Amino acid sequence: MAYAAHHDGLPVRRPLMKNIADGAAPYLYSAPALILIVTVMLVPLALGVSYAFRDIQLLNPFSGAFIGLDHFRALSQDQAFYRALRNTLWWTGASVFLQFLLGLVLALLLDKPFYGRGLAQALVFLPWAVPSFLAGLNWSWLFNPVVGPLPHWFYALGIMSEPSNILSDPQLAMWGPIIANVWWGIPFFAITLLAALQAIPRDLYEAASIDGAGPVQRFLSITLPFLAPTIAITILLRTVWISNFADLIIVMTNGGPADRTQIVASYIFTQAFKRLDFGYASAIALVLLALLLAYSMLIVILRQWLLSKD
Amino acid sequence: MRAKPILLVTAHRLAILAYIAFALFPLYWLLKVAVTPNDLLYSEGIRLWPSRASLEHFDFVLRHSAFPVFFRNSLIVSGSTAVIVTILASLSGYALSRFNFRGKYWLVALMLLTQMFPLVMLVAPIFKILSPLGLTNSLTGLVIVYTAFNVPFATFLMQSFFDGIPKDLEEAAMIDGATQFVAFRQIILPLTLPGIAATLGFVFTAAWSELLFSLMLISGNDQATFPVGLLSFVSKFSVDFGQMMAAGVLALIPACLFFLLIQRYLVQGLTAGAVKG
Repeated sequence: MAYAAHHDGLPVRRPLMKNIADGAAPYLYSAPALILIVTVMLVPLALGVSYAFRDIQLLNPFSGAFIGLDHFRALSQDQAFYRALRNTLWWTGASVFLQFLLGLVLALLLDKPFYGRGLAQALVFLPWAVPSFLAGLNWSWLFNPVVGPLPHWFYALGIMSEPSNILSDPQLAMWGPIIANVWWGIPFFAITLLAALQAIPRDLYEAASIDGAGPVQRFLSITLPFLAPTIAITILLRTVWISNFADLIIVMTNGGPADRTQIVASYIFTQAFKRLDFGYASAIALVLLALLLAYSMLIVILRQWLLSKD
Repeated sequence: MRAKPILLVTAHRLAILAYIAFALFPLYWLLKVAVTPNDLLYSEGIRLWPSRASLEHFDFVLRHSAFPVFFRNSLIVSGSTAVIVTILASLSGYALSRFNFRGKYWLVALMLLTQMFPLVMLVAPIFKILSPLGLTNSLTGLVIVYTAFNVPFATFLMQSFFDGIPKDLEEAAMIDGATQFVAFRQIILPLTLPGIAATLGFVFTAAWSELLFSLMLISGNDQATFPVGLLSFVSKFSVDFGQMMAAGVLALIPACLFFLLIQRYLVQGLTAGAVKG
């Protein structure tokens, strides 16, 4: 490393070739990954962005012409899109909040050693390994009163007035995919938060309890500040990821009933594969991408601002 | 004074049990449906265990369906993807962890960008690019696509493992005359074995579950992966839930085994790297 040569304080003269080789090292290490990402993701992305300005319909051989901003004009009038946008907010907000909350509690429960912790940890993290569409199929089965127990349990508990399928109830349908998503996503938060918890130096807690700090005070003044960076980055990543995550909704409700569970990502899927209108689908995807980028920038700027304030 | 800890410990164990029940109950139900004979499927739909259990669905799926082919295809695709991604991500993760270079910022930004957009958007363009190369309807094409999709996150994962290993180790080796690459291969990589295991498992389960691109890029039954195969149980005359769930249970086995083995390293490795923003 050229950098290290300056760094150790001794002015070492090194052959030119070696300097060039050292300078190229990081690029060589990252080149294979970079080339693959550019050819398989960035180039198709650029192509996909260009589709947003073209009339691309899969079964229509006369399509393909540039039509400028027509898709976006149509989109601004599309009531189904606005409904999908509102549903996305609800779907993402509820899923991330519940996954985070339950994941944090689970991480705290697993933080201290106890008999059987290894086994408990392996079992509670298991849903993460279940393929998402299989999780969706399975949960729609569980919510079905003919073959699933959940409606009957809800009825017995008095939550429901009769054992019916919440997936076909327009008021409640969104809860189906949200519950499946929470079940599936708790392990992600629990794993990352548990890792962050275990990195907190133990003597801090001892010192605090010698000073007479109670458990709540220790949590607020030690645990939470240490976890804050991890919490910020995982919530950011998960929010973006869950807004794009349509598998469960497509498998469980297909956007229904009456579009009540249609989120933007599943709306894109419907446009592309049911109506085969790739141009319009790309335009919607581009708007979603812009919104998510804006959201991420906002979080990053907010974080910088908070850090600089300290 | 003694009553309080016992109360706390009991509450803690009960909470853990509640989490385990919540995590496992849907998987239990999957198994229950898979062993329920067809004639009892609806009449005993909500019983916790059927009055008569049978392995007929498993027998049918293993001997009379194309499922073993799907299973083999999935194993090939997920295994190759996991190995290639882990190699590429070790290299790029090492670059991000150990070097300060111009373009590092852009590399990270590019990788973050790939996590931002709906992948549905890429289906048509990727099909258009792979088609003339003869890579549609081929497992190789699928491996290439999955590798690209998984490299960014795997790179960040590997970087956090490398960050947990002190720099002095390879600096000492380099003073002894080793090149950085030799130091990387012989000293750093062996120390990162838990991280490598975690990345392998993570990518394997991700590739094992992928449905959309498999559905779009593969048209023949002999190249189909198991998620696509599972859907073929739906698209027949009627949905055969018993067989589908039996296939689902079988398909869960490798992913779950892999995950049970690596989840410990995932936590350990992320701890070592002290995941920070």
